Amino acid sequence: MSTPRRWIAALAILALAACSHQPPYALHDISGLLPPLQFQLTDDNGRPVTAQSYRGDIVLLYFGYTNCPDVCPTTLAMLAQALRGLGQQASKVRVLFVSVDPHRDSAALMKRYVGYFGPQFVGLRGPDSELIPLTRRYRVAFHRDAPDQYGNYAVEHSSAVFIFDRRGRVRLLASSSDGAAAVTTDLRRLVASS
Amino acid sequence: MSKVLSDLAYLAPWDWSPTVESVCLVMAVLYVRGLLAARREQDMHCGFWRPFSFGLGLLLIYGSLQTYFDYLSQHMFWVHRLQHLALHHLGPFFMVVAAPGPALLRGVPLRWRAGLSRLAQWPGLRTALALLLRVLRNPYLAGALFVGLVYFWLIPSVHFSAMLDINRYRLMNWGMAVDGLLFWWLMLTPRRAQGAAAIAYGPRITVLIVSGFLQLFLGAFIVMYPKELFNVYGICGRVWAISPMVDQQIGGCLTWIPTAMMSLAGVLVVIHHMLRDAAQAEGARGGRVLARGPLPAPLVAGP
Repeated sequence: MSTPRRWIAALAILALAACSHQPPYALHDISGLLPPLQFQLTDDNGRPVTAQSYRGDIVLLYFGYTNCPDVCPTTLAMLAQALRGLGQQASKVRVLFVSVDPHRDSAALMKRYVGYFGPQFVGLRGPDSELIPLTRRYRVAFHRDAPDQYGNYAVEHSSAVFIFDRRGRVRLLASSSDGAAAVTTDLRRLVASS
Repeated sequence: MSKVLSDLAYLAPWDWSPTVESVCLVMAVLYVRGLLAARREQDMHCGFWRPFSFGLGLLLIYGSLQTYFDYLSQHMFWVHRLQHLALHHLGPFFMVVAAPGPALLRGVPLRWRAGLSRLAQWPGLRTALALLLRVLRNPYLAGALFVGLVYFWLIPSVHFSAMLDINRYRLMNWGMAVDGLLFWWLMLTPRRAQGAAAIAYGPRITVLIVSGFLQLFLGAFIVMYPKELFNVYGICGRVWAISPMVDQQIGGCLTWIPTAMMSLAGVLVVIHHMLRDAAQAEGARGGRVLARGPLPAPLVAGP
């Protein structure tokens, strides 16, 4: 039943946007399209964490796995470059890398992996009973292929980076094709505005 | 055994909706009750194919919304097109062509029927319904709405937001099913069963052919478009590894061919009604029956 109210809100935002001379974000603006950040997982130090643990920071949420051959390292490297571009403000940003392959991605492995990209990167993992509610909440898919004779397998997953403001509200959506410069520009605006 | 159980899990709803569940259940219960009552009193013959067609249509709508299929539809473009084919075309078509009205009405318990007819006598509701019917019975408006909804949800930015926002997604699918039932009811029900809202057969054929062509153009456009139109599937992840262009082309084919075929099937049903009505009118006038051979069998038996 919130749909009409949502439309009114969307119209109001459009009207406001028409008045102020704010240029649109470089990334996809998805404000209000997805629910606020909420999860229950374990971080790469083995501590249980929730979305509350990161309130007050700009949060970038990304799904992947450490054995990922291409998309994950490319996207995380792009995000690392974007954060370097932020300078001092990067301390107000957290990148949460959620494993879709918790069976192989131990906490220690995750910690070492995200360490390559920077101090703002946190590896999160949890059993499917915690992971699937989160992927469903943000409407992303993942699929583990059948293992080969050596037990290796690939995981199909999303390429989306969901960006939340300090109050945990969803704001922007980026993907690896957007480029670090666009992410830096938009993150700077988000840090300044919230 | 555990294999069977894990396979059965695919039949469980992905996005459980009490509304969809209860609407489908109420319809199924009413219909079965109506059929049983008709059999008990032997005054309404429905045969095998009409209940089969109604059940198939209802099952198509239920299955495409309340099973694991819905998860696939959210993450693969071509499965999404298949879902809309079931919700907008196949499901409502099969339900309407079975002329389920009399059986459904019969399934309503007697006590409720009295209440319903009292409600229908209420002047406010009567005026509102008559007004609504006046607007809805315009076949060109019905056709524009039918095709317009397909085009609207396939505008890339609209599609993008529907695949992220669960409320818009639900609105889209509900709209498809409800509009499908309305459109095919207006197009495929014989004139005498439509009462005051009866639409002439000529305009129906025009609307069916034009709407078929408009969907055909859209499908062909999607198949032949050289770039990815709907990037949301790549961003949110596909369920199988399939190239975005192949996904788009299969989805385009599903928007193009089966929908146009359903329009043609609709035209055939309308022609059937035309022949039947003409033959009946001849018979009533006691004149020479124009068509040689037996009367066309009733595709839809009246109450």
